[in-house]
Amino acid sequence: MAETFRVQVNGATHTVECEADTPLLYLLRNDLGLLGTRFGCGLGLCGACNVLVDGTPVHSCDTPVWSVVGKAVTTVEGLGSANAPHRLQDSFVDEQALQCGFCTSGMLVTAAALLERSPDVDEAGVRAALRGNLCRCGTHNRIVAAVLAARPESA
Amino acid sequence: MTAYRRPRPSLVRNPRLGAWLTIRPDGRVLVRSGKVELGQGVLTALAQIAADELDVDVTRVVMVPARTDHSPNEGYTAGSMSIQHSGDALRAVCAQAREIYLRAASLALHEPVETLSVVDGDIVAASGRRTSYWLIADEALLDVEDADTSPIKATDEYRTVGRSLSRLDVPDKVVGHPRFIHDLRFDGQLYGRVVRPPARVATLISADLAPVRAMAGVVHVVRDGNFLGVIAEREEVAVRAAEALRSASRWECADSLPSESGLVEFLVTAPTETTVIHDTFAASTPVEPERSLARRFSRGYVAHASLAPSCGIARWDSGRLRVWTHSQGIYPLRAELARAFALTEDDVVVEHVDGAGCYGHNAADDAAYDAALLGCAVPGRHVQVVWSRQDEMTWEPFGPAMVVDIGVDLDNDSQILGWRHDVWSNGHTSRPGGPGSPPLLGSTHRAHAQEPVVALDPPITSGGGSARNAVPLYDLPAVQVAVHRLQTMPLRTSALRALGAHLNVYAIESVIDELAEAAGVDPIKYRISKLHDERACAVLDAVAERSGWGRPIEPGGTRGRGVGFARYKNAGAYCAVVAEVEAEAQIRVTRLTIAVDVGLVVNPDGVVNQIEGGALQSLSWTTLEQVHFDRQQVTSQTWEEYPILTFDQAPRVDVVLLDRPDLPPVGSGEAAAGPTAAAIGNAVADALGVRVRSLPLTPGNIIAAL
Repeated sequence: MAETFRVQVNGATHTVECEADTPLLYLLRNDLGLLGTRFGCGLGLCGACNVLVDGTPVHSCDTPVWSVVGKAVTTVEGLGSANAPHRLQDSFVDEQALQCGFCTSGMLVTAAALLERSPDVDEAGVRAALRGNLCRCGTHNRIVAAVLAARPESA
Repeated sequence: MTAYRRPRPSLVRNPRLGAWLTIRPDGRVLVRSGKVELGQGVLTALAQIAADELDVDVTRVVMVPARTDHSPNEGYTAGSMSIQHSGDALRAVCAQAREIYLRAASLALHEPVETLSVVDGDIVAASGRRTSYWLIADEALLDVEDADTSPIKATDEYRTVGRSLSRLDVPDKVVGHPRFIHDLRFDGQLYGRVVRPPARVATLISADLAPVRAMAGVVHVVRDGNFLGVIAEREEVAVRAAEALRSASRWECADSLPSESGLVEFLVTAPTETTVIHDTFAASTPVEPERSLARRFSRGYVAHASLAPSCGIARWDSGRLRVWTHSQGIYPLRAELARAFALTEDDVVVEHVDGAGCYGHNAADDAAYDAALLGCAVPGRHVQVVWSRQDEMTWEPFGPAMVVDIGVDLDNDSQILGWRHDVWSNGHTSRPGGPGSPPLLGSTHRAHAQEPVVALDPPITSGGGSARNAVPLYDLPAVQVAVHRLQTMPLRTSALRALGAHLNVYAIESVIDELAEAAGVDPIKYRISKLHDERACAVLDAVAERSGWGRPIEPGGTRGRGVGFARYKNAGAYCAVVAEVEAEAQIRVTRLTIAVDVGLVVNPDGVVNQIEGGALQSLSWTTLEQVHFDRQQVTSQTWEEYPILTFDQAPRVDVVLLDRPDLPPVGSGEAAAGPTAAAIGNAVADALGVRVRSLPLTPGNIIAAL
């Protein structure tokens, strides 16, 4: 049965009507029009759908809407925009850190949380933090370089 | 420096210049290629080529998404041929367009054409009088056929080609802009999901559709033979309804697959069609061998395993069909959809939209068919079908399992007298399009099912499939290569990046390494001694130098280093790889060094990105990947059962690009696959003193080799 939920996404509060166990991913994409978060597996195994909930990366594909009520959700669109990009978004362009780009949003969101938590993370730390994010094109090393370049002390 | 020249099949097929190019009064240049973006960056490289030939800044170039009613028909985007086919066509088209516009400017300005020059679309006469492409812009000027009269630029005149231009699609992709077919949202769009049979051979006994139809938000439930699908107003409802439908259906399943543990035996005993594709034994002087060596190599089925499940969107209006797809071949897909739904090709429009990387023929075309079939039930509305991860891993057409036998006749000094290479494999293409071609998956499940067609191999002139790179590039006195293509197909197979080259190169390079060792010669020196192609030797020299090949590797009993080399399709890019590994409980590749020669480099960073990516993907196939199945169905249905390379397993990759501005450009996407696999295999042999010939290089296969 559909219920009404108030969710906070990228700083704005939205009222949506859906079933309580609707995955957050579909609410973001289909109700809020935030299409940057992507469906990869629906099982929490690839990281393409990662968003931040109160600053922590979660798989939005298996996170039910009811569980994020009262929490702050951040998607790739909330990290930055074309006019005001996040440092990571700039460094991904500088390093050309993608091929197809389907995994990119999940990489950015996961990396943003990592840099908040550990601004001086080293290469091994980046690789460990991104272990749950799959890239099939083989751009791993470019992504690692982009994340390292976006560290505050790399400025 | 002179311009290169070679046949231009895309231009012969689409000779009207205006099909490729429109110069607009607003200062933009619209370029229509029939090749599509698959994440490989090809549209950026093509924009660079067009910009240089026209003398405009590349930011003026707009690459128009390929669509069957307005793009040149260039068949498939496959086989690393886009830079060659589309790039060469665009060069010729843009050179002629430039000359046509210069003649028009000459008339308008009353200035001789020889006095005119072009600077970013401004046409300036020596007298100082000026006009521009944008002032003259007139589509009628390009409504002419290719006359092949205008010289293309010499490579030293290029301004954009040869530069690492930032990819055109990257800015959108880093800020999460809707960019993929999965992101398309049309007014009134519906969401479709398909419920596949639980086994390869299965018959639907019963399905209680009523409770699913009664679910809130479900618009339609489709049953057609063994094809089941749902259409819903909301995506999560479609997913739930599909699960409900699955639970409500009863199937009778039958065994149809070989035993996974007996796969090699199955491949070499199944009915095959044998073709000898290369034989120089008859022309050689027979010498009685002193001894011979026989080696068998194998790999399992390998999945494309795109990060995005396949997706298709369709909308029917008055018996006409529009389809949005991430297919590699919009024209062949249109032909297949027209055939499948008994339409004329003019009644079907297929448009390409970016998907995730596909690495060959995955389920993109099948998903387009699913959308078209479900869409029949709801004309006037868009239906978007997204496959589940499990269906993607289970039902996509896989890269074929393969066996390669190499037999070498040797004399007393371990000199090679004769070389025989036999490949057993299902064919490497099941691409749709045209009479007799394989049906799309959904149509094999409908009531009047189309029979599956056993996969074929592309012709040898296109690089072959099972036999791709099976003919060694080395100078050998007598070589015979035979392909045994299976006439039965337990699991559907089709083109996976590099096709047969993955295992063929692995096998050839393993045997060559073994012979070098027997001869007591350094593996790179041994290869160079058997190669009279200067470009081949150059990549081997370059990779030796960059990798520090001459230096001993760090001590440690489990470390090893190996080399692999191939020229892709024996006609494309030259690539040599040195791999360093640590062989402990698992194989860990610690470093890859790669030297590559793709001729003229259009976008250096684009080529490096393709080589790095191709190498890491091949590393993943070679060390980790194998499709698992029982007697009825594929059982590796998620990333847990089909693991791919993760960040902590990805080694540093160092790429050396050999600069060949005087030689025609060739593709780079598939060049690294074979040599990387071979280098890893040879490094493992160096580390362990044993050659592992069954891929992937899992602990189980390594222990079996010990």
